[in-house]
Order: sequence, then C-alpha cells, then structure tokens
Amino acid sequence: MIHAPAAVRLTDVRLDRGGRAVLEGIDLEVPRGGITAVLGPSGSGKSTLLAALTGELDASAGTVEVLGTPLPQRKRALLELRKGIGVLLQGNGLLTDLTVAENVALPLRTHTTLPAVVIHRLVLMKLHAVGLRAAADLFPRELSGGMARRVALARALALDPPLMIYDEPLTGLDPIASGVIMSLIARLNASLGLTSIIVTHHVHETLPVADRAIVIANGRIVFSGTPHALQASADPLVRQFLLGEPDGPIAFDAVARAEAA
Amino acid sequence: MTFVAATRSLGRAGLFSLSVLRASAPTRDFFTELTREIYKIGARSLPIIAVGGAFVGLVLTLQGYRTLSRFGATNSLSTLLGLSLYRELGPVLTALLFIGRAGSSIAAELGLMRATDQITALGLMAIDPVKKAVAPRFWAAVITVPLLTAFFCSFAIAASYLEAVHVIGLDAGYFWSALKDSVDFVDDYLVAFLKSAVFGGTAALVAAYVGYHAEPTIEGTSIATTRAVVNASLLVLMFNFVLSALLFRS
Repeated sequence: MIHAPAAVRLTDVRLDRGGRAVLEGIDLEVPRGGITAVLGPSGSGKSTLLAALTGELDASAGTVEVLGTPLPQRKRALLELRKGIGVLLQGNGLLTDLTVAENVALPLRTHTTLPAVVIHRLVLMKLHAVGLRAAADLFPRELSGGMARRVALARALALDPPLMIYDEPLTGLDPIASGVIMSLIARLNASLGLTSIIVTHHVHETLPVADRAIVIANGRIVFSGTPHALQASADPLVRQFLLGEPDGPIAFDAVARAEAA
Repeated sequence: MTFVAATRSLGRAGLFSLSVLRASAPTRDFFTELTREIYKIGARSLPIIAVGGAFVGLVLTLQGYRTLSRFGATNSLSTLLGLSLYRELGPVLTALLFIGRAGSSIAAELGLMRATDQITALGLMAIDPVKKAVAPRFWAAVITVPLLTAFFCSFAIAASYLEAVHVIGLDAGYFWSALKDSVDFVDDYLVAFLKSAVFGGTAALVAAYVGYHAEPTIEGTSIATTRAVVNASLLVLMFNFVLSALLFRS
C-alpha cells in the first residue's frame, strides 16, 4: 500500500530569531487530512514555527517539507509552493483599499486566467461559504472583528489550497465569534478535504475540533498525540499549560527574561 | 550611523529600486493600480500645487518688479519669471510639495500595510508585494510629477500676469512676448519635464523604501513618514544641482 506523503514534515529542525534558538530538535509530522492543533503559551515559538512552514523563516538546521516538497530557497519556487498553502493571519491582512469581494478575488485574479465573470461567481461562492455573501461590497473598515476574520478565511481558501494554516484564529474575538470561526474551520476542513494546522493558545476552544494536538513549550515539542491523550496527560509541563497555573516548569515571561539576561 | 551601516543601507535601497523596476510588468492589474495611484497621489495633489504655484508667481513678480524697475527693465519681468520657473523653481518646488503631500502618504500607507500584516499576507498569497504595492506608486509619481510641474508653472504665470498687468500696470503684449521669446520648448520646458520625472521617481522610491521597511508599529510608521519627507527632500535638492549642472551647461 502506497502512503501519501505527510502534509508537513519537520526533521530535527532548529529555528533562530535574532541569533537566539527559539525552537530546537523539532521532529514533527502532520498527516494529510484532519486538523492538527499546535498549542503553547505566548512566546513559546508557535509563530516562529508557522513562519518556517510558510518559508518566511529558513531553518538554521534540519529540513522542512511541505506538501511532500522541501521548502525551496528560490523565491519563484517558494511563491509557487505557497499557492498550495492558505494562511489565515492573526491580523487578517485584508487590503484596506479593496472591498471584501476584491480582497477575495485578488489571488484568483493574480494566479488564474479565469474570466472576470467566473471569478466574480467564485468569490460569491467563497463568501457564501463563510456566511458573508451580503458583505461583498463593504470595505474592511466596515466589518466587525469576526466578519473580517471570516473574509480573510474566504480569501485564504480562494485558490482551494490543500493545506490551511491558521495563526491564532481566535485572537480578539468574543466567545460567539470564536465559536463561529471554529465551527467554520471544522466544517470547511471536512467538506473540502483539507489538512488544517491551527496555531493557537486557545486550548479549550480548539481541542474539540482537533484530531491531533502538539504542545510547544521551553523551545521544544513537549506533547504530541490526540486531544484526549492531551487532556489525560500527567506531564507537569502539559498540566501547567492546560490549567493555566502561574508556577511550574514553564517560566512566565521566559522570552523576556532570556533577552534581558 | 557607521560607514558600514550607511553603505549597507545604500546597497539595500539600490536593490530595492532594482526590484521595483523588475516588478513593473505592464499587466492589466498593474494598469488598474497605476490609474488608482495617479488619482490618489496626482489628482489629489492638484489643489496645493495650484495654490503653491500661484503664490510663487505672485512673489516672483513682486520682487522681480522692484529689482528690475531700478534698472528700467520691467519689460523683462516675464523673462525672469519664465526662466526661473521652468529651469529651477517649478520642478524643485513641485517636487517638494509633492513629497509633503504624496511622499508622506506613500510612506505612511506602506508602513501601515506592514504593521497590519497586509504585506505579509500578500507574500503568503504568492503575490509579490513590491509588484502590487510599490511599483504602481513609483510609476504614478514618475508620470504625475511632470504634469504637476506644468500645472505649477501655469498657475504661477497666470498669477504673475494678473499682478503684473492688472495690478502693477505692465503691458500685456510685452509680458507674453518676452515670456515666449525667452523660454525655449526643448531647453527649458522639456528639461523641466525630465527633471520632474527624475524627482518624482526619486521621491516615490525613497518614500516607498522607508515605508516598506518600517518597524511594524505605529511609532515605526511615524518615523518612516518623517524620514521619507526629510530624505526625499534632500535628495531632490541634491539631484537638482547635479541635473542643472549637466543639462544647462550652455
């Protein structure tokens, strides 16, 4: 039986920021299909890991493979690979001088030769999928935080990428908007057959939709397994993170202290 | 700033300029963006160009008349006006007004795009941010600053005509014929156009460079905006000397 290559594979990866190792000895394999939650406290290196997956940050050591291909060094090849990766950024990154529909149409207009009429219909379909078809002509400044996040989600899905990466998708959202976003992520992942990686510190909202969980703390992966196993873990590091205890093996303000030292 | 850091910064700016030129493929999207930018940074700059031009024309007329009247040469007032406007004041003052109005907005817009993840998002969508956000602004400046210079000079001459003929009482025929005889279409008018295009491109590149590389914070954007205005203004004044020395040797 032939197995499809993993959606993401990291082998003995080290990631540096400002000459300091943020993550070391990272071995990670994200299988195709399903939702993987990458959890960890603020400053643990989750966003650094995300930057490595999208090729924004080169690994100082080890190899990073995405969709069965080692991340290319050449800019053109990297841009080509990125067409297969949809990224929902924490700050949404919606272009403020374009309408909602123009934002969603942007990747389609740039990377396809589809006629304008077809692109318009595709845009409306994507907006319909996130429940915002009626907001097509609004500008990003006219949207609430939750709506803007959903528009950014529709734009990230515009090219039907097989891999979706979500960077802190719940930051700044109220509980209802958070629930809407998480159920959208789960529904779209199942209906479109995607592989999703959610990088977040919102444990309790994310674990119910995740098939797999990875916990990063103190510069390494401290847990990898199912959400159920995570909840049952007796590891003091994991327990401290899950229960939000101030004292324990994870140092509060670890990054600030390391930089001050 | 050390010499090494300054050299490195200059090298980066040079590479950035090359990347802007490389990213200037004439696609449909590019022309759409270019049109939008010409309206934003060109058409919206017209009011200050008009007002600025008119007052420069008025003050040149006032001072020129006072000085020339001592030598009985007031009929040469429009000669003084035309040559000083087309050769130096028009291109330079238009560029400085453009930097204050549009250069600062280019730096602020790109700085805010950086701070609000828009530039990162473009890169992650496999869209070259320089091609999408910088190249249209650069070419819009190259196209609009010469046109704005023409408007600046026209408003200055019109204001000067009103003052010289209808307030001071000079002869309208002398005013226009001296102007026509002294200003050469190629040596003065087209050279002013060329200088303006260089100044517009310089202003846009400097503003885009500092805005694009701004710290992704509100303070970073503010610093970039100030730096764009100061650096671009100084470069325009320096380039004006170099271009004048090269173009007006006769």
